[in-house]
Amino acid sequence: MGEGGTKPKFTIDPDSAKFKLNEIVVKHYKEVQEAKDRGEKIGWCASNFPQEIFQTLGIKVCYPENQAAAIAARGAGQRLCEISEAEGYSNDICAYARISLAHMKVGETPEQNMPLPDFVLCCNNICNCMIKWYENISKELGIPMILIDIPFNPDYEVSDAQVAYVRSQFLAAVEQLEEITGKKWSDEKFREVMDISNRTSRAWLEATSYTKYTPSPLNGFDLLNHMAVAVCARGTIDAAEAFETLLEEYKKAVKEGTSTFRAEEKYRIMFEGIACWPHLRATATGLKSRGINMVATIYADAFGFIYDDFDGLIRAYCNVPNAMNLEHARDKREAIVKNTNAEGLLVHTNRSCKLWSGFMYEMSRQIGEDCQIPVTSFDGDQADPRNFSEAQYETRVQGLMEIMETNKGGKD
Amino acid sequence: MFTLGVDIGSTTSKSVILKDGQEIISTSLIAAGTGTDGPDRAIAAVLAAGNLNLNEITSVYGTGYGRKLLKNASGEMSELSCHAKGVHHLMPEVRTIIDIGGQDAKVLSLGTDGRLAEFLMNDKCAAGTGRFLDVMAGILQLKIEDLEKQAAIAKSTVKISNTCTVFAESEVISQLANGVKIPDLVAGICQSVASRVASLAKRIGVQQTVCMSGGVARNGGVRKAMEQELGIEIIYSPMAQFMGALGAALYAYDKS
Repeated sequence: MGEGGTKPKFTIDPDSAKFKLNEIVVKHYKEVQEAKDRGEKIGWCASNFPQEIFQTLGIKVCYPENQAAAIAARGAGQRLCEISEAEGYSNDICAYARISLAHMKVGETPEQNMPLPDFVLCCNNICNCMIKWYENISKELGIPMILIDIPFNPDYEVSDAQVAYVRSQFLAAVEQLEEITGKKWSDEKFREVMDISNRTSRAWLEATSYTKYTPSPLNGFDLLNHMAVAVCARGTIDAAEAFETLLEEYKKAVKEGTSTFRAEEKYRIMFEGIACWPHLRATATGLKSRGINMVATIYADAFGFIYDDFDGLIRAYCNVPNAMNLEHARDKREAIVKNTNAEGLLVHTNRSCKLWSGFMYEMSRQIGEDCQIPVTSFDGDQADPRNFSEAQYETRVQGLMEIMETNKGGKD
Repeated sequence: MFTLGVDIGSTTSKSVILKDGQEIISTSLIAAGTGTDGPDRAIAAVLAAGNLNLNEITSVYGTGYGRKLLKNASGEMSELSCHAKGVHHLMPEVRTIIDIGGQDAKVLSLGTDGRLAEFLMNDKCAAGTGRFLDVMAGILQLKIEDLEKQAAIAKSTVKISNTCTVFAESEVISQLANGVKIPDLVAGICQSVASRVASLAKRIGVQQTVCMSGGVARNGGVRKAMEQELGIEIIYSPMAQFMGALGAALYAYDKS
């Protein structure tokens, strides 16, 4: 107890990665608001749109997906979803979209505010619902929308033809952005940003790979929080440094045998799908209380991009998990499962994400069979709290754990 | 050594006392589930039926949705593992279990040694569960146990939606208004539950021998409809509703 019987206030070490990463997110929203206040044109942007382009142009954008996740995690998902539903949007539509459309209507959301956009940037490599979501924003606010069409790739590799198709759109988008904002593209600046972005991604991807250690030096749920920085700031020095700090922390933890997973790590699993943000505590506790650590997820790696030039950047953005074919997506996941020695697969059947949940039935079957690990799924939602049942989640996680326990004694 | 398994479900509480991990001494079933005095009453009843006192029980295991609320339990296991264990004890040839309870439906795949290898459960919707049948019986002013008799005398099977209990309810009401016979409607309701759960079974891959457990297994109408859906014979034990509690009693024995 501190003086006068009051508890000393818990403070985060300002040299820690956690502190630095939190600061980057705070600064990100602050800078967008300041730009807006100065009269600059600011945008709303899809999470898998190259952040490097804005960084090069010096344009401030913010990310409705990050905002919706933060709002949902802070308990306001239902309130915002209901605003959109009262506008006539079906509750079958993605909850990120409903939250974003609601924020557009009300203009202020204290749980995670951000200024209204002057243009929107949509990239459909992660989601197709987003096209209509952004079109509606564009129409309602009377602002331009730039769409980069990155179609689902039925082939295993990205072809030169696909790169050419997407490259021409990016070049057009850069011109449109120059016109909208009055800012100018510089190849030299782009190379600089590209170097920083690669540096950030290398540190981020190496940090996420530390779950390969047993026990893992981190609780896999940490990655879901840190990921926001990989989305919104990967072309910044701050992000590169923060992720390098994170990496150093994990290296040290491995050496010292410590972990941010605050329980004995008895089982290691892959978690598939977007986090169930409104019930993050329940989903994380359901695992931790049983000694289950999430050591594998494709989601964190989805926001690390390594490339050498503009075409390399295009190729990387054509190769994100939701745009690649089933075999390629499965192989990437199986490599993670094997590399991390995951013993089970827990799939979030996410009512908001029909695309992801749709392909997971077959993919999880193949992963389970190929890697010889048990698979279970639970119903939930990335942002609408009404689509989750804690009792059902608990039973499924316990069932998964009991099979993993049996498997430790030898498989049939 | 006596062990006790208590399966606290959403609508019922079931108990089984086992002697030396083999012989079933007594069972009890109370139509009150988690959050009620059902579990206490079920324990009192099973002890009375077995002529035993609680202090003669070496170990007590809980299972079912209310498993964590069981007082003085030595441990708890999910109903998934317990159903697998209970069924394997009585019917070792079973490789696939279709269990339909009050609020969920699940399909379990068992290894050759009876271990739970894989499972699938229904989504958040109540269609395809015992609750669906309760609601439908209520509309038709029938007792739940009468559904089987009604389905047996059906001349045809009316198509009832299995997407949503509420939609199905209004469908049944409009069919009644159209003069459709109750037995034909009941057959359609049983078919609706069976086809929904059969899709889970098909997804996991049906391996023979298949058995049904859980409260809904008592309904011959659903069992027959399930056989039609899957095109195979489904076996059933009169102990169907006690498989979870039996599994819990077996775990209590194993872990003592």
